[in-house]
Amino acid sequence: MNSPANVPAKTCRDAPILKERGQREVFCGLTGIIWLHRKMQDAFFLVIGSRTCAHLLQSAAGVMIFAEPRFGTAILEESDLAGMADAHEELDREVERLLSRRPDIKQLFLVGSCPSEVIKLDLARAAVRLTQVHAPHVRVLNYSGSGIETTFTQGEDACLASMVPVLPSADQRELLLVGALPDVVEDQAVSLLTQMGIGPIRVLPAPRTAEAPGVGPNTLFACLQPFLGDTAAAITRRGAHHIQAPFPFGEEGTTLWLRAVADEFGVDDETFERVTAAPRARARKAIANASEHLHGKTIFFLPDSQLEIPLARFLTRECGMEAIEIGQPYIHKGLVGPDMDLIPAGPTISEGQDVDKQLDRVRAARPDLTVCGLGLANPLEAEGLTTKWAIELVFTPVHFYEQAGDLAGLFSRPVRRRALLKLEAAE
Amino acid sequence: MKLTVWTYEGPPHVGAMRVATAMKGLHYVLHAPQGDTYADLLFTMIERRDHRPPVTYTTFEGRDLGEDTAGIFKSTCQDAYDRYQPQALIVGASCTAELIQDDPGGLAETMNIPVPVIPLELPSYQRKENFGSDETFYQIVRHLAQPMERTPEVTVNILGPLALGFRHRDDIEEVKGLLYEMGIGVNVVAPFDATPEDITCLGAAHANVLMYPEHGETAARHLERTCGQPYTKTIPIGVGATHDFVAEVAQLCGVKPRKDLSRLRQPWWSKSVDSTYLTGKRIFLFGDATHVAAAARIARDEMGFEVVGLGCYNREFARPIRALAKDFGVEALITDDYLEVEQAIADAAPEMILGTQMERHIGKRLGIPCAVISAPVHVQDFPARYSPQMGWEGANVIFDTWIHPLVMGLEEHLLAMFREDFEFHDEAGPSHHGGHAPKPVEAARTPDRVEEGPSVSEAPQTGSDVMVWLADAEKELKKIPFFVRGKARRNTEKFAADQGLHEISLDTLYEAKAHFAR
Repeated sequence: MNSPANVPAKTCRDAPILKERGQREVFCGLTGIIWLHRKMQDAFFLVIGSRTCAHLLQSAAGVMIFAEPRFGTAILEESDLAGMADAHEELDREVERLLSRRPDIKQLFLVGSCPSEVIKLDLARAAVRLTQVHAPHVRVLNYSGSGIETTFTQGEDACLASMVPVLPSADQRELLLVGALPDVVEDQAVSLLTQMGIGPIRVLPAPRTAEAPGVGPNTLFACLQPFLGDTAAAITRRGAHHIQAPFPFGEEGTTLWLRAVADEFGVDDETFERVTAAPRARARKAIANASEHLHGKTIFFLPDSQLEIPLARFLTRECGMEAIEIGQPYIHKGLVGPDMDLIPAGPTISEGQDVDKQLDRVRAARPDLTVCGLGLANPLEAEGLTTKWAIELVFTPVHFYEQAGDLAGLFSRPVRRRALLKLEAAE
Repeated sequence: MKLTVWTYEGPPHVGAMRVATAMKGLHYVLHAPQGDTYADLLFTMIERRDHRPPVTYTTFEGRDLGEDTAGIFKSTCQDAYDRYQPQALIVGASCTAELIQDDPGGLAETMNIPVPVIPLELPSYQRKENFGSDETFYQIVRHLAQPMERTPEVTVNILGPLALGFRHRDDIEEVKGLLYEMGIGVNVVAPFDATPEDITCLGAAHANVLMYPEHGETAARHLERTCGQPYTKTIPIGVGATHDFVAEVAQLCGVKPRKDLSRLRQPWWSKSVDSTYLTGKRIFLFGDATHVAAAARIARDEMGFEVVGLGCYNREFARPIRALAKDFGVEALITDDYLEVEQAIADAAPEMILGTQMERHIGKRLGIPCAVISAPVHVQDFPARYSPQMGWEGANVIFDTWIHPLVMGLEEHLLAMFREDFEFHDEAGPSHHGGHAPKPVEAARTPDRVEEGPSVSEAPQTGSDVMVWLADAEKELKKIPFFVRGKARRNTEKFAADQGLHEISLDTLYEAKAHFAR
């Protein structure tokens, strides 16, 4: 039981991938700081970059909600580049100032950017040096969120991967959940697994540095997000075992994900059924309500959040939609393979982007719904195409059973809205 | 290296994008890494533009760096020309591409593109967004505009309005109206909605109206030099400034300063007795230099406010703003550090802030009402309705906008009289703001400070660190309505400090009140 019904004969996993090189309309990995700095409550993210980096964070955050957020940009100036100032000394000074003003900070991330990488500023060395200076109170780590290395959600992957080598060792058989989810969703996941008798359960990233999980050969881990490839590889290198499954979006995805974890912990069918029956029924009902307007509609995914393949699986299998193209910034079959196995061959699978050519395909196909970034949504709406902007998918609780209806709702709302508005002159 | 939290200005290539996006028939090829495309959303989301900005990015990645990034630039440039067929191209680099020194201008020059290609040199590590817009517009004008025969009738160009500007769309209409009333025609409006072809006709006008010096002063100076066109120095924001503007234009163009004041209501609205309560309201001003200077004059001369602090974030205009501040008897605050502005506002304890999107947040945190007068602004400051700042209608709009955040006159009295009323109390905020209840100053500050660390001190700095409020005085202070409580606390502490007191009693509070009575 609980194995997926209707496994397609020919699936997307074997479909040829359209690889394009051209203008990519995506955020860089710095964007992840917007949600990571809220999740890790004693961490500070210091971007070493340019005014553009600071402006991106401000624009992606949408509004400045926090007077002094737990992130900032050390803006490189002419003197840093011309070698008139020693960039490392400058950095030490700024970090000193920052930490003396924010004694609550226990973990500092030095975040590399395009300019810091091009000038080859060695942030790994800086992190080691600064850790020695500020230990034991503050641990300093580094990762790259630069656009030349990462896209959008890959920033979270780079951040979490940078934490893995310094996680304590653990021998105990533990389940480690990997990925920054809204607290309410994380609690639901932990509660479902606990009810099945699975435990102890640890989470990466932990809300506080002191609660960092241990990892070792007896650790079993499962990713909660489909963009954590480097993190998964790093945890595997520490000897842990990776539980692979479709991602927990929708009723089916959540069930398959839970089942894969449950199997590793020897949970019997009866227990699994007892724990999941009620929330599964609720999820099915909620999806049925929310997806009424999605049935039979076509959808086109432009590459953005890396959630595209799992979401396409959810929307085609559980909401009755038909995918025309599923674009993802990059495709890591080791992570999204199980989701691809469930999508029947048919839609174009594309990796990378040449945005002008891709928009030509959107215009030719005229999908009922186009999933895209913020820069493209209004222009496409003005052309009469209904859109769902993708950043909301990473800022909204959408995982697991109780959010499955909300997830369908995110896609059906623009469709319903278009049907609702009567703005043209009567004929 | 300088630590920054929120910024008033983006990098200079964003300024160039604001010019390109405002124009038609122009395309910008930007050598930039993947990720810099975020800037598109400023225009499509915040300004709700229904087209993508006319910008093609090379979006190079790490693996391209060791190889041929110059080749990527050239093929991107060619593809963009072929696809969009613009009348002219501007080419340049963002901060990262500046470091790899591919020289987009030089590369584009070798490509035989059959339209003008205008290279931009925007030093990302020295300058900011407003420099970028001003310089880009100047380069476009310098490359395309020539001296030419003047139009037979008197015409002017309108220079400066662009994309993402604070009310630029509506200001253009007001300025056109003012000119129309004097019988002056408009030759070209630029950059807003202008094509490169329009720019080549700039020389035909008799003079230039410079709406926003931040974005067009270098171009206006250039046209004065090369085409002999004088340009206006007065910014027609406010009643007095609009009168001055009309006089200046009339003098430059040799026409009569004819005005139609039939729609101007601001002076009567300000004179009518209901506005008495505005007298001496303490106002803090911060934004771009042009809007702050205009707002300072309106605040003092047309609203009867008291300006207790002013400043701008664009250093290029530090000198005139310092002179202005001197005229108002305050110290100018020239900074682009958001936390410094917040501290200055907290210290000044004004009754209202006139500022940018940043000050709106500062106001929310400090419990001080705020109206927006300058970019940077957010999506709610691009209204669907007609809402100019310039000209006669602009003066009307400003009056309404500035009094809206305040508690109305009679309500102020009622709040003072019936402080203890459980429904009608001061902490509920102005009664005409449905659901909007600004927190009282103290309550809004205290909890946040704990989390934010000791960087900003709890109370105003005027000696309050040694000042002790006795219980009955503290209790009495809480009875004072929130919108004047900050001022009362500050005045009392200043008074006590001047008297050499370390404790504030009920008597001290009322002695201070008598001392500062006006």
